[in-house]
Amino acid sequence: MASELSFEKPLIELRKKIEELKRFIDTEEIDFSDEIKELEKKAEKLEKEIYSSLTPWNKTQIARHPERPTTLQYIEHIFSDFIELHGDRQYGDDPAIVGGIAKFNGTPVTVIGHQKGRDTKENIRRNFGMPHPEGYRKALRLMYQADKFKRPIICFIDTAGAYPGVEAEERGQSEAIARNLREMASLKVPLICIVTGEGGSGGALALGIGNHIHMLENAIYSVISPEGAAALLWKDASMAEKAANTMKITSEDALEFGIIESIIPEPLGGAHKDIKLQSLEIKMAIEKSLKELQSLNEEQLVEQRYQKFRKIGKFISVL
Amino acid sequence: MLKNFFHKKKRYATIPSERSKKDIPEGLIVKCNKCHKITFAKELEKNYHVCPHCDHHLTVSAPDRVRMVLDDGNFFEYDTDLISTDPLNFEGYINKLEKDMEKTNLNEAVVTGEGTIGGYPVVIGVMDSRFRMGSMGSVVGEKITRAIEKALVKQYPFILFSASGGARMQEGILSLMQMAKTSAALAKLHEKGILFISVLTNPTTGGVSASFASLGDINIAEPNALIGFAGRRIIEQTIRQKLPDDFQTSEFLLKHGQLDMIVHRKDMRKTLIKLIDIHQVKGGM
Repeated sequence: MASELSFEKPLIELRKKIEELKRFIDTEEIDFSDEIKELEKKAEKLEKEIYSSLTPWNKTQIARHPERPTTLQYIEHIFSDFIELHGDRQYGDDPAIVGGIAKFNGTPVTVIGHQKGRDTKENIRRNFGMPHPEGYRKALRLMYQADKFKRPIICFIDTAGAYPGVEAEERGQSEAIARNLREMASLKVPLICIVTGEGGSGGALALGIGNHIHMLENAIYSVISPEGAAALLWKDASMAEKAANTMKITSEDALEFGIIESIIPEPLGGAHKDIKLQSLEIKMAIEKSLKELQSLNEEQLVEQRYQKFRKIGKFISVL
Repeated sequence: MLKNFFHKKKRYATIPSERSKKDIPEGLIVKCNKCHKITFAKELEKNYHVCPHCDHHLTVSAPDRVRMVLDDGNFFEYDTDLISTDPLNFEGYINKLEKDMEKTNLNEAVVTGEGTIGGYPVVIGVMDSRFRMGSMGSVVGEKITRAIEKALVKQYPFILFSASGGARMQEGILSLMQMAKTSAALAKLHEKGILFISVLTNPTTGGVSASFASLGDINIAEPNALIGFAGRRIIEQTIRQKLPDDFQTSEFLLKHGQLDMIVHRKDMRKTLIKLIDIHQVKGGM
């Protein structure tokens, strides 16, 4: 397995041993079934141990797993009748963000999300899910459209961040992100955000002004990538692990800070182990949010969203 | 006239020697960080902290900026009581905050309040890059949001001078969320039809550039300020190329349609008054 993570190694090795033992029985006709049972119990225990004591850095690795399900895969499992819509009507179509219209349990919705590639070729085409300004502008265009036709909006967030390139600066990525933040705050429809993998900085936030925000258990949400933080704070990108463990980037942290409404559980080992089950969990979270938010009128929706972000921050008064 | 001429010449001739330089108390002279020429602090102050030799716009403290822009003695400061906590238990953060408080005599990287400019009442925010690089943590976000809310209630124009390296790393995700908080407050101002003038000064980068600083009805920059989202070094590493010198300067942004204008510091107050004046009557309607 090319995509095994370093902290999973003991488990993978134990599993290999069990397999070998099983093969041995088939050929040698010696009864090892008790030993195998014992080992399988041990493996199960080890699995629980490993995945229940993941460090923020381990979670970062899972969030970035090459087999981590992407927005289009979730859309396929959660929605019906998805029609992808393209382009920002100003410059181009950014493949790092996908969006369109679909039905959610029969209700028309607008779905938007960062799109990483599922292989190297697609990753290159989609710029590894790192948007250019036209991506944010496409997203905003689709959100205005949703607002016009009174469709709830669901955003899937999974990006390492905005693309640090010359053209992105020339075309005003600051302005594009900033405008999304302001305009999303004014939308009169329910807006639900799911951080599915990496919530990287401004590039993530540009799709992130939701009435409700949910995070997958192993997803991360951070002001800067662990590598970026390490380079900035300690002038050493190889300190990324330390940065990840310092900067409070996990779903538990976000919940504690009052940034997200809920943590969506993942199958043992991560979302990629069972995309169907993961999609179902996400679907349940969207259902719950939607039900709650649909009871609010337009004005209440805007105010609820405002108050949600208004409260975020930690400071003291020395009066 | 003639007397003045001689007087000036005489002053020009007395460049202090190495020894006498040591005798000059600290703060009396300032060295331009661009052309490295020396100017008397008093003279520099009169010249709006712009180097008289090379026109470089030097860093201005928030209190100095307030004095330069607003009408004399007409400033009421908001929320001086708010100070940062250490939400990530970040090694050395509190210590750094305390040092910057001492150095700048400010509690945080932004000064907000109300005053008048050319007689017009305004709500103003001024960031101070001497305090943690002007970075935005919870307090900066909160103070700016409160200032916007004040402008909303009082229906005063809102002016914000940015000078910031971006989001404050030591407050992690909470810093990122201040971008959302301040921008959402600006959405309210926008809907109410209240004027917001954003003035981008050196430097305005990262999360500050990608939130309120880019959201002015009118975006003004000082000459040759560094303005951009991603850091120069990161872009160079990503594309593996050297970037041109003017990349991410005010002039670069103006050329690419990201600014309304570049205004010299000595003309800033005048320009702001003109802009506010023209917004007093809404198109005769």
